[in-house]
Amino acid sequence: MTAGKMNLKNPSHDATSSPYLARNLWSGFLLGLGLVAFIDEAVFHQLLHWHHFYDKSTTSIGLVSDGLFHAFSWFATVGSLFMLADLRRRNALRLTRWRGGVLLGAGIFQLYDGTIQHKLMRLHQIRYNVNLLPYDLTWNIIAIGMMIAGAILIIRARNDLQPPRETHSHEHQ
Amino acid sequence: MNINNYVHHSTGTHIDYANGILAQLLLALPFFLLLVVYIFAAFISNRRHKHWPIHRTIFWALGVLCAIAAVIGPLANRAHMDFTAHMMGHLLLGMLAPLLMALAAPMTLVLRTLNVTLARRLSNVLKSWPIRILGHPVVASCLNVGGLWLLYTTDLYAMMQRNVLLHILVHIHVFLAGYVFTVSMIYIDPMPHKSSFVCRAVVLTVALAGHSILSKYIYAHPPHGVSTEQAEMGGMLMYYGGDVIDAVLIFMLCFQWFKATRPRASVGMEQYSKVSNYNQG
Repeated sequence: MTAGKMNLKNPSHDATSSPYLARNLWSGFLLGLGLVAFIDEAVFHQLLHWHHFYDKSTTSIGLVSDGLFHAFSWFATVGSLFMLADLRRRNALRLTRWRGGVLLGAGIFQLYDGTIQHKLMRLHQIRYNVNLLPYDLTWNIIAIGMMIAGAILIIRARNDLQPPRETHSHEHQ
Repeated sequence: MNINNYVHHSTGTHIDYANGILAQLLLALPFFLLLVVYIFAAFISNRRHKHWPIHRTIFWALGVLCAIAAVIGPLANRAHMDFTAHMMGHLLLGMLAPLLMALAAPMTLVLRTLNVTLARRLSNVLKSWPIRILGHPVVASCLNVGGLWLLYTTDLYAMMQRNVLLHILVHIHVFLAGYVFTVSMIYIDPMPHKSSFVCRAVVLTVALAGHSILSKYIYAHPPHGVSTEQAEMGGMLMYYGGDVIDAVLIFMLCFQWFKATRPRASVGMEQYSKVSNYNQG
C-alpha cells in the first residue's frame, strides 16, 4: 500500500523504484510461507495422517502459535497472489527476486515449524511410532537448503539490477 | 420437522417440547420476515431505480435459508444432543449466513427504497458514534470471537441447553456478531467509517487465529455436557469449516485492496464510476 501511495506522489517513478522491489520480495516470501503451510496441512495432516490435529503434550503457547500461523498462512497465500497480480499489472515483476522470496519464506517457516513448533512447543511430531531423528533431520535440512537457495537468488537479483525489460525474459537477470 | 428424536431426548434437564418449538419459531420468524421484506423492497425500488441485481437477491435468500436451517427443523433438533450438529448450526448461523447476507448489500437496498427524508435519517444513524464503535474491526471481532470463547469455555453452553431465553439470546448474538464482523471486514454496503486495509488484515488474521485456537481448545477440553468424541468431531468441524468461510472473507478483502490500489491512471475513473453508480442506484 505504501508503494501505491509513493507512486501517486511521484508519478515519474518507474518499476525500478524500491517500493516495488520490496513488494516483489514480500509477495514471494508470503507465498512461500503459505505454500509450506498448505503442503503441511494437505499432505502431512490429510493425506498421510502423519501429523495429528492435536497432541496431548501440546503446550498452550504451541496452540496459540499454531492458530496464529494457521490464520496468517491463509492470509499470506491469498494476499501474496494478489500482490503478484498487482506487480504484473504495474509491469514491475522481477521473477528472480520473487522466486528468491518464495524459497526464503518457505525455508524460514519450515525451519520454525520443524524446530520451535514441533520440538519446543510440542504441537505434534512429524510422525508417530517411528524413530523421529531421520524425519527431523530431513525436514530441517530441506528447510535450511531452501533458505540458502532463496538468499542466493535474492543476492544475485540485487547484483544485476537492471531496468525492467518490456518482454518477459526475466530469466536472464 | 423431525421432532420425534428431540422429544425422546428432551426428558430431564433439557428444554421441554413446547418451549423448544416456541424458541425455534421465535428464532426463525425474524429471518422469514427479513426475506419477505428484502424481496418486497427490491420489487418496490425497481419501479424508481434501475433493476436491483438478481444475484444480490439470491445471496440474501441463500443466507436466510442457512440461518433458518440452523435455528429450526432437524438440524436445530439434533443440536440439542449432538455437539457436531450444534457446530454445523453455528457455522451456518454465525458465519455462512452473515457472509451471504452481507454480499446481498441490504443497507444499499433499504436506502434506495426509503424516501429521501427517511433514508437521510437512517444514514445519520449509521454515521453515529455507537455504530462507529460497534462497526470497528477490533470491537466487532471481540464481540464475535470473544462471545464464542465465553460460550464454549464457561458453563454458558450447558446453561443454554436448559434455559429457553438464554438459548434464544445466544443464537441472536451469534448471528448479529457474525454479521457485524463480516461487514466490518468487507465493504459491500456503503460504510461511513472505513478502516484501512492493513488494519482490517491484521485484525482479521488475529480473529481467525482466535477461532482456530478455540476449535483446538474445544477438541482437547470438551464443554460441560459434551462427550470427548463429540467435542473432537465438533472441534475439527469448527476448524476446517471455519477455514473455508474465512478463505472467502480473505479473498474478498484482498480483492477490494487490489481494486482500490489500481495504478493511478484508472483510479480517478473508478471513483468517478463509483460515484455515478451511487447516484443512479
